[in-house]
Amino acid sequence: MSNSTSNTPEKEHKSSYRAEERRTLSSGEEEFFFDVKTSDMEVNMGPQHPATHGVMRVLIRCDGELVTGSQVHLGYLHRCAEKIGENVEWLQYLPYTDRYDYLAAMNNNLGYSMAVEALMPGLEIPRRAVLLRTINVELNRIASHLVAYGTYGLDIGAITPFLYAFREREWIQALFEKICGARLTYSYIRIGGVFNDAPPGWLKEVGHFCDVFEEKWKEYRDLLALNHIFIKRTAHVGVIPKDMAIDFGLTGPMLRGSGVDFDLRRDMPYMAYGEAYEAGAFKVPVGSGEKGELGDSWDRFYVRVEEMMESIKLVRWCLGVIEDGPIIGEIPKVIKVPAGEAYVGIENPRGELGHYVHSDGGKVAVRCRVRGPSFTNIAVVEELMPGTLLADSVAIIGSTDIVIGETDR
Amino acid sequence: MIQEQAGAVLGHPVHPDSNVFVRILEWLPLPEIIPGWVVTFGGVMLGMSIFLAVMSVLVMFCVWMERKVSGHIQCRTGPMYAGGWHGWAQSLADGVKLLLKEDMIPKDADRTLFWIAPAIVLGSIFGAMVAFPLSYDWWFGRMDLGVFAILALSSTTTIGVVMAGWASASKWSLYGAMREAAQVVAYEIPLGLSLLAPLFVLGTFSLTEASAMQSGWFGMKWAIFTNPFLIPAFLIYVVSALAETKRAPFDLPEAESELVAGFMTEYSGIRWSFFFFEEYAAMLLMSVLGAFFWFGGFESPLTGALRASGMEDTSLVFSLVCFGTVLFKGFVGIFLMMWLRWTLPRVRIDQVMTMGYKYLTPLALFCVLGAASWEALQHLIFS
Repeated sequence: MSNSTSNTPEKEHKSSYRAEERRTLSSGEEEFFFDVKTSDMEVNMGPQHPATHGVMRVLIRCDGELVTGSQVHLGYLHRCAEKIGENVEWLQYLPYTDRYDYLAAMNNNLGYSMAVEALMPGLEIPRRAVLLRTINVELNRIASHLVAYGTYGLDIGAITPFLYAFREREWIQALFEKICGARLTYSYIRIGGVFNDAPPGWLKEVGHFCDVFEEKWKEYRDLLALNHIFIKRTAHVGVIPKDMAIDFGLTGPMLRGSGVDFDLRRDMPYMAYGEAYEAGAFKVPVGSGEKGELGDSWDRFYVRVEEMMESIKLVRWCLGVIEDGPIIGEIPKVIKVPAGEAYVGIENPRGELGHYVHSDGGKVAVRCRVRGPSFTNIAVVEELMPGTLLADSVAIIGSTDIVIGETDR
Repeated sequence: MIQEQAGAVLGHPVHPDSNVFVRILEWLPLPEIIPGWVVTFGGVMLGMSIFLAVMSVLVMFCVWMERKVSGHIQCRTGPMYAGGWHGWAQSLADGVKLLLKEDMIPKDADRTLFWIAPAIVLGSIFGAMVAFPLSYDWWFGRMDLGVFAILALSSTTTIGVVMAGWASASKWSLYGAMREAAQVVAYEIPLGLSLLAPLFVLGTFSLTEASAMQSGWFGMKWAIFTNPFLIPAFLIYVVSALAETKRAPFDLPEAESELVAGFMTEYSGIRWSFFFFEEYAAMLLMSVLGAFFWFGGFESPLTGALRASGMEDTSLVFSLVCFGTVLFKGFVGIFLMMWLRWTLPRVRIDQVMTMGYKYLTPLALFCVLGAASWEALQHLIFS
């Protein structure tokens, strides 16, 4: 042990250039020569770098184009979200949940609301609210996966799919704007229900969106996911075997891309998902290693692409069964949550988003803790990078589909 | 021999005696007091500025076209404001903006190399453009070995790029420069070899003569129609030209999602725009070169019709038609490059190398062999 540690510094410390040495030749002239030695180069990818999707810093050790090691540094976007949760009232914390995974704010609202509702046994959520929640969460999942689709295209070098994806995302945002007035930070799903009923014609427009999106989805799939160069770039890259995915605690498309058939919407059903699954409204896409190996970047990406279609089916099912009724349960103006603690995990577009809340019966939480899927999923990057090329490392980071707001919170 | 042959096809010697500079001098009403050397010097200067202006305008048009094409491919409109009509002045406005920007050089940069690199890049690409004849009658520099001049000078840009990458004192720039060097070395060979195939068919290195040799069949005796091996050769040329000009899917030296901006990371302002200019000038160069050796150069049914109506090859209208024809063909090629850029993802460096060395080079050799054999067979059968 001691022997090996004493060897490491020497091995690690191959000095890059020894400065020019002078040597006097027999003729009396001085000769310059460079004693050039090669060593690995350390490159900072980020905090400002297009491939890190925000302010993340990846320290990469490179041997030419070959990546020999990497280290992920987080925390550039830390905003003390959890601590704020212990200082503001229950409902006041809701807007903060919008801001950690800003691409899936509806899901965050839902996760937090459900965690608080779990502590309020008498509270009943009206059926219309449940279905509205499901519709909005699934629309938000599509919007989020559209960003994942587009930005992964950008990472691989295809710029146009990004703009196509944003065209449909824009429509979803317009729908959200109509129902809650916001385009990014919705705070729409409240404790006890939702805060606003769907305006007249909104549900019909959602149906129209589903029709259009189904057509566009095929285009998107053929344009990027089944593109030959794209497959060449992503298949066999960043392979996460099944057991490794479970060991790292991966969730969401990252886990399903590795062939593990686990989805909280089906396996621990909440809202209308249990009913919808029994009615056959959606299935859970799982990676198959179709174009390369099981668990490669392409599998993870394709799981997301397929999930968009499943979400459309889910929204359709909800539109079929939704009926008029109240949209929020009996909630007092100032919420006081009975003492106790609860953990509720929901299926965020990126994986399991867990909220742990602890109440002592007051207006403010004693402890508010968030389990973010991006934070857990990013851990696997360090393991995947060594031995790949520099371009692959970008493909690997992109395939984790992280949102920095949530890794740092 | 080929020169006489081409002259016989056209009915007059291929190369006129004087270039555009001299033509301008003859046309200007100069008083006799001015000494001869002043006239010559001034004429050359004037000619060069005209040349630079023409080429710059063409390149700026390319930039505007890229914006519009990418816009329409991506369900946008592209620039619409600057200048009024469909944002025609966007490139000009950009140029002014870039000129006025702060000129920044990183502290650790090698200042001399940092200064020289954009000049080398731009100089060599415009130098290569001198070899282009504008029509049968108008030319800037008479080059019987025009293909060699163009290939040699356009490859010189690589030196500038590597210089820029090294001098920037940035790791991302260095990556970009090294990728550029590797890529150009790998693709120079298939590019040259694929050009050899039409050279066998046309029998000349001169662009004017190449065009003249394709003037049969009412202006439609294009090389690509006369020899089946030229079709795969053209495809190889397209791929190699994309790699040479650093265009997507081979834009690895400036891969914006991997290397920030590759060798241009540390450049800003007008110096950056030189690299930008070079990219579009190289596109124009490669497209027009392809048009000359595969798609008839100046020749089209229009020139055929004009010739049939008895118009002189050296007349002004005919020259303008020639210039327009070759530009049109060039811009079709540029449109193709833009279309590919906004559609395809980027390939990886090992895939680029594999394709260049393992597939394109042997294929190009095969095409050369095939084209040569086909020509030899034709000679044996028909003569």
